[in-house]
Amino acid sequence: MEQLQTLNGVPLKKQIARALFKQKVRALLLIAPLLIFILITFVIPIADMLMRSIDNSIVSQTLPQTTTSLESWDPKTAQLPDEATYTALYNDLKQAVEQKNHTKLGTRLNYENSGMSSLFRKVGKDVSKMKEGVSYKEQFLAADKAWGDLNTWNLFKLYSPKYTDGYFLAALDMKKTPDGIQRLPESERIYLNLFARTIFMSLLITALCLVLGYPIAWLLANLPMRTSNLLMILVLLPFWTSLLVRTSAWKVLLQQQGVINDILVWLGVISHSGRLELINNQLGTLIAMTHILLPFMILPLYSVMRTIPPSYLRAAKSLGATDWTAFWRVYFPQTVAGIGAGAILTFILAIGYYITPELVGGTQGTFISNRIAYHISSSLNWGMAAALGTILLTLVLVLYWVYDKIVGIDKVKLG
Amino acid sequence: MSQSQGTQPFVLFDNVQKSYDGITLVVKSFNLGIDKGEFITLLGPSGSGKTTCLMMLAGFETATHGDIFLDGRSINNIPPHKRGIGMVFQNYALFPHMTVAENLAFPLEVRGMTQTEREDKVRKALDMVQMGKFGGRRPAQLSGGQQQRIALARALVFEPSLVLMDEPLGALDKQLREHMQFEIKHLHEHLGITVVYVTHDQSEALTMSDRIAVFNDGIVQQLARPADLYERPSNSFVAQFIGENNKLKGIVKDLKGETALVEFTNGQQAEALAVNCEGIGKPTLCSIRPERVRIGSQAGMYATEGKVLELIYLGDHIRCRMSVYGDDSFIVKIPNAGDGTMLSVGQTIRVGWDKNDCRALDA
Repeated sequence: MEQLQTLNGVPLKKQIARALFKQKVRALLLIAPLLIFILITFVIPIADMLMRSIDNSIVSQTLPQTTTSLESWDPKTAQLPDEATYTALYNDLKQAVEQKNHTKLGTRLNYENSGMSSLFRKVGKDVSKMKEGVSYKEQFLAADKAWGDLNTWNLFKLYSPKYTDGYFLAALDMKKTPDGIQRLPESERIYLNLFARTIFMSLLITALCLVLGYPIAWLLANLPMRTSNLLMILVLLPFWTSLLVRTSAWKVLLQQQGVINDILVWLGVISHSGRLELINNQLGTLIAMTHILLPFMILPLYSVMRTIPPSYLRAAKSLGATDWTAFWRVYFPQTVAGIGAGAILTFILAIGYYITPELVGGTQGTFISNRIAYHISSSLNWGMAAALGTILLTLVLVLYWVYDKIVGIDKVKLG
Repeated sequence: MSQSQGTQPFVLFDNVQKSYDGITLVVKSFNLGIDKGEFITLLGPSGSGKTTCLMMLAGFETATHGDIFLDGRSINNIPPHKRGIGMVFQNYALFPHMTVAENLAFPLEVRGMTQTEREDKVRKALDMVQMGKFGGRRPAQLSGGQQQRIALARALVFEPSLVLMDEPLGALDKQLREHMQFEIKHLHEHLGITVVYVTHDQSEALTMSDRIAVFNDGIVQQLARPADLYERPSNSFVAQFIGENNKLKGIVKDLKGETALVEFTNGQQAEALAVNCEGIGKPTLCSIRPERVRIGSQAGMYATEGKVLELIYLGDHIRCRMSVYGDDSFIVKIPNAGDGTMLSVGQTIRVGWDKNDCRALDA
């Protein structure tokens, strides 16, 4: 096709780009503050956190000579490394002790094998006592028999690369061994269960929100303006209340000496000794989370239902459909877009929820995010937290993709 | 009912009243009998209660008082889906998530018809509205006129004997609307169904209906055939609502049988046909159709003087606004006969009309 040109011979496309350039720059400048803000507070931290899940440079940085020396060592021979490696270890540790880096490495390696932390704390004193000219191998073996343990050296070799899949394996209840990747013994597996529980509970919460929210959204969309406005305020009221206040209110209501149990005992439904455990378990998480996430289901449903004229239901009935058939065949299919939007919103919020499960979940009702928070703030194993977070993010993206395949994301309507 | 089937009309509204809020009556007292095969139009301005009456017949509103009979049975307590009444809605209400064919099959499906029966009927219904090729399309892929045909076909596919239409042509442009009016009329004649049609468009009502019920303020002002409604409006609302009318305000001076002597605001007097006069000394409104006024006096006609105020050239006729009996908005339609008789503004001419064309109505 012939390229169109302006009257003075400039290609039309070029001229359009030129004419729009100023506008584009101005538009970009307007959103620049937000863009920079998001970049600094959102994109960069997330990218950094994702990197931490595979970052393992601490081993090769603290023990540069040792890791190089270990490259030629084959653990399959079941022989301890040679004298040169021990010498390299001595040199590395001597420098590390001067810079006080050795305990950090100990903490890192302790995630993989408990005992490493104390070994490295102790080695600070041992290294300073070691003499030159004598075999370092013998001195190390004399200082602590862990230095003569093949497992210690296996660990060093396994974790000497700059990047590791160790955190991810641990997050999936697996472990690196010289014989390859293996699952942890049954008693030590926690994360897969936790992931499964998080997904299952989130699905359950989403389903509950849908079942409870659908009729309310219908009322909101179909009641006279005055009544529906009042109802809308009731729906939005939780939004205007602090999340902590709402969650604490559930504590007051649900605990064993709480309002609901008191009323049930007073009514004689349950005996005093048989008070129900409604909180600090999965039930507590379920109840509180459903309540908190309900508006996120109701609002998209409402905005979609509002656009469905009542004449559709009337038409269906005039054509001979019963109330139920009219609803199920005519009304419901038109609300699928709203259900999709509400469900995806509720589910994604639920799967990453932290505060409510923490406060009302006890030990059985916590989510994966509580574990992530634990690793961030208590165990300080940020690599593990990052790996768990990355898996959670991937999981959400995969579910989103599946959802797109089944329902179609273009069908999702927020209004 | 004590009446036998033979004498009772197919649809009967018996003293029906409707109130939504318990304070005002939307429908004050509605009585209407519709015969089988009739095309009845409920005509009136918005808020006059015509749609409410239709919705009560369809079963979407309950009558506050009175009974509605369909084929001799009271249907007050029958839910809409059991009434078997076809309905065409103002915005068509075609189900957007179904194809055209699925839309048409829906009423057959809920009636438990087999697949082959359904396909056969859907095809026939689509052919009937000349939309045979569009079965696989979605309603959103059709134009307004095509959607309207599908809505019509869907209301007819399950062969109801009564079809209600709630301003079905309101969303179409003028040309398409006129075309569809004929199609609906032909379908009605061809299928022999009874149609209750609601509209606020008087020309639509005149074109299509066997009889028209003119609504205002919750009351049927006049129920008559189109020609009667236009020629012989029984009150001033109908006279003004149907077609164009000149309204001359005056006071009844004398009543002799069917003739009333009216004194107009400028003191002049004239005779008019007494249709709806309350009595001597009471105000009245004389209505004369613009096309019934003749220029110049002719034998057997009532004539008076008028001053030309404005002339509007409209091609086939000339609209002349003049001052007659003190009324400055008196319109005369002068046919463009091509004889070169042109009026000029400011000229005083004689205008006349048949005495029976000047109807003295309520004021």
